[in-house]
Amino acid sequence: MIGILEVVLVAGALGLAVAALVWAALDRPVRLGHLVAAAAVELVLLVQGVIAVGRVVAGTRPASTATFVAYAVGSLVVLPLGVLWALEERTRWSSVVLAIAAVTVAVIVLRMGSVWNGHA
Amino acid sequence: MPEPTRRSRRSRRPQQDKGPGRVLVAVYAVFVLAAGSRAAVQIATQFSDAPLAYILSALSAVVYLAATLALASSRPGAHRAAVACLSFELVGVLVVGTLSVVDSGAFPDDTVWSGYGRGYVFIPVVLPIVGLLYLRRQRS
Repeated sequence: MIGILEVVLVAGALGLAVAALVWAALDRPVRLGHLVAAAAVELVLLVQGVIAVGRVVAGTRPASTATFVAYAVGSLVVLPLGVLWALEERTRWSSVVLAIAAVTVAVIVLRMGSVWNGHA
Repeated sequence: MPEPTRRSRRSRRPQQDKGPGRVLVAVYAVFVLAAGSRAAVQIATQFSDAPLAYILSALSAVVYLAATLALASSRPGAHRAAVACLSFELVGVLVVGTLSVVDSGAFPDDTVWSGYGRGYVFIPVVLPIVGLLYLRRQRS
């Protein structure tokens, strides 16, 4: 959708997923650095969401506005919920939960991009 | 009065480590979001196009939600509820998957369970199997 943000978001989310999976392989629970990275990804998601809303209001329409809005809202809730769910766990599985949330965000961002560019 | 203090501290910080079960709940929650938002969009914007497919989308979302809650709960009966939800889900994905392949005319638009979850890298057909195996191991 917004080329550079999409690349940054997918790379950031997948990077976080890999880091979290490595951490899980080392038998460690979620660490602060991973939470900071998740917060950074969430911030860029918010920026992307605000820009997208601005463009829709200005008249640009994705292939399916309803689908796009659903993805946009979904993209914002996944990481906060994933982090909350992970923080209740003090084993390696908390890192796996964070990795799953990060992969989900990457997939949603890619889907948002294709819906925006005309593929429903 | 040490006894009530200890008890209240324990209730504030219950044993929360669920291990791999926590990952299972997380994946199910992702599918609540995926199936739920898909159903909401389909029913809100184009319900008359393929009512059967969209009702099944909504049904799958409800099943995922029930499975997530049952897996996340540690109340008595939650285990049995989770087994019931996942069994229903497995039957659902197999029946809808088979119907969507055999009679694609009845499914002009995809649901989460179409083609055994093809649009979701087949996670929908693997998930209930992994979940049921986990639940069986957990009980023993």
